Amino acid sequence: MLELRGAGFGYSPQNWVFKDLSFSVPPGTVTAVLGPNGSGKTTLVRCAAGMLAVQEGAVRRSETAGYVPQARGSTFGYPALDMVVMGRARHIGVFRSPGTRDRAAALQAMDRVGIAALADRLFPTLSGGEQQLVLIARAVAGGSRLLVLDEPSTGLDLKNQVRVLQLLRELVRSGMSLLVSTHHPDHALFLADSVVLMGAEGVVTGPAGPLLADAQLSALYGVRVSTLNYDDAGTPRRTVVTPFGADER
Amino acid sequence: MLREAQPLTTGHLGGRRGPRLRQVIGPCLLSAAVLAAVSALALASGRYNVSLAHVAEILASRIVPLGSSLPAAEENVVLLVRLPRVLLALLVGGGLALGGAALQAVFRNPLVSPEVIGVSSGASFGGALALLLGLGPVALVGGSFGFGLLALAIVFLITSGRGGTHILMVVLGGIVTASFFSALVALVTYLADPFTTLPAIVFWLLGSVATATWAKVLVAFIPIAAGGVVLLALRWRINVLSLGDDDAAALGLRPRPLRWAVLSAVALMVAGAVAVSGVISWVGLVIPHLARMWVGPDHRVLLPVSFLLGGAYLIAIDTIARTATAGEIPLGVLTALIGAPVFFVLLRRNRERIWDGA
Repeated sequence: MLELRGAGFGYSPQNWVFKDLSFSVPPGTVTAVLGPNGSGKTTLVRCAAGMLAVQEGAVRRSETAGYVPQARGSTFGYPALDMVVMGRARHIGVFRSPGTRDRAAALQAMDRVGIAALADRLFPTLSGGEQQLVLIARAVAGGSRLLVLDEPSTGLDLKNQVRVLQLLRELVRSGMSLLVSTHHPDHALFLADSVVLMGAEGVVTGPAGPLLADAQLSALYGVRVSTLNYDDAGTPRRTVVTPFGADER
Repeated sequence: MLREAQPLTTGHLGGRRGPRLRQVIGPCLLSAAVLAAVSALALASGRYNVSLAHVAEILASRIVPLGSSLPAAEENVVLLVRLPRVLLALLVGGGLALGGAALQAVFRNPLVSPEVIGVSSGASFGGALALLLGLGPVALVGGSFGFGLLALAIVFLITSGRGGTHILMVVLGGIVTASFFSALVALVTYLADPFTTLPAIVFWLLGSVATATWAKVLVAFIPIAAGGVVLLALRWRINVLSLGDDDAAALGLRPRPLRWAVLSAVALMVAGAVAVSGVISWVGLVIPHLARMWVGPDHRVLLPVSFLLGGAYLIAIDTIARTATAGEIPLGVLTALIGAPVFFVLLRRNRERIWDGA
């Protein structure tokens, strides 16, 4: 469970990234943060995860959030399993090293994420998608039921995007709370119960269905965006389409 | 030799296969054996030759009374001249290598060595000043130790406040502090009497453990052991910190206090090393690299192995320095002459393996 009440953050007093922002992420639900580049998505998720302190209002977490940063490789070539074991850091004393239980928890998390086979591989040699899955496993290994993910699907190919999205959906079904920032409205459509739209005119929050609509998304990104309902072999689906080049005429 | 050891770098700790203990203990035991062998050779060789059997007998007679019948001269050479020198080289070499390994992790940069944080320069100014003023050995040790820690305090001040949170600022602060104290060292050498104090300062700055005594061993032992214990205790935390501040914070650590704890421990060790032996460069850069190529980046193994290999390396170099010629080649000169080309070859051969594209 994550709850923001009247939260505000700014890098200077005149320049608020967001102000008076309230929303909550109950267990078993996903809230997606959408917005153009530079709108403050990363700042918001970092505040939610407790890595930045809000200057106004309050952020309440039922427990310490597991934070999943964007995968950017790593300086040292640690094996994937060692990376996941590091997710246990807050359960391990300052002068101690991980023990059998920590390794078991890490292996279990890798199994749950479906990357047990990668345990012995060196992290920098993994593909971007695999690295992202290792970082998610690391957060899962920490044992928190609240995950905050910063653009987990950015930079991944289609197959890996599907893999990450399905994994996140499985985690939510097991009762976890997720706050996810993303550049893909489609991913929000698939995953999210609620959305936070960080536009130039301010931040809008609410249920995903009504907010992920043509007018709102067009205003948010400043280009014409349409949602399209279609029939996928009997399953009704909805997707977001951008008529590229349409504005040029 | 390094080539054969290659597969070990992909070994990991805490896996399902093979007990973790073996993967830590194995490399540590092997490097400890190397250290013991090098030490024994160092104790035996020199202008006054003592056989290895006699060295063993002399050392053993200090622990259990054997009723030794060896000449007193041999005993004196081993126990009063060579043993303190070997121990001092072990402490200095091991301390610098351990400190270098920890700093490379904290700064996530393969080119970092203990000189980067400015402590060596500060300490060398303190020592040079004591020599200039003719204050004696206690002031030499105290001065270099005090100014070494002062240099760290200056780096800390430069990087505190707004914008000082980044690793880059710490590196820049270290470079600024180092060049400031280098200028002061230059000023001291300029002011020094060219016939008496100047040679003393120059030779001290070149680095040497030739003047080792049991007192100096104790002086070096206290800060190097204190810093070393802190670093070894933090070995797994250093793994987490080496992922970067963001990841460390995401995993529930407070990266800045932890980084300063590591930096302070390293500063303590470097100041202690410079105080007793002057500036000995390259050990803190080359040995951690060598160790990392062998055992991989996991600091639970890397830190103890770096200490043991650094000690063995400096003992070996020091033995060469005092046996190769009739005179004494300054240690700092040899470590650089050997260290620089070795480092170059290692980097060219193993660039991609340990550091991600660095």
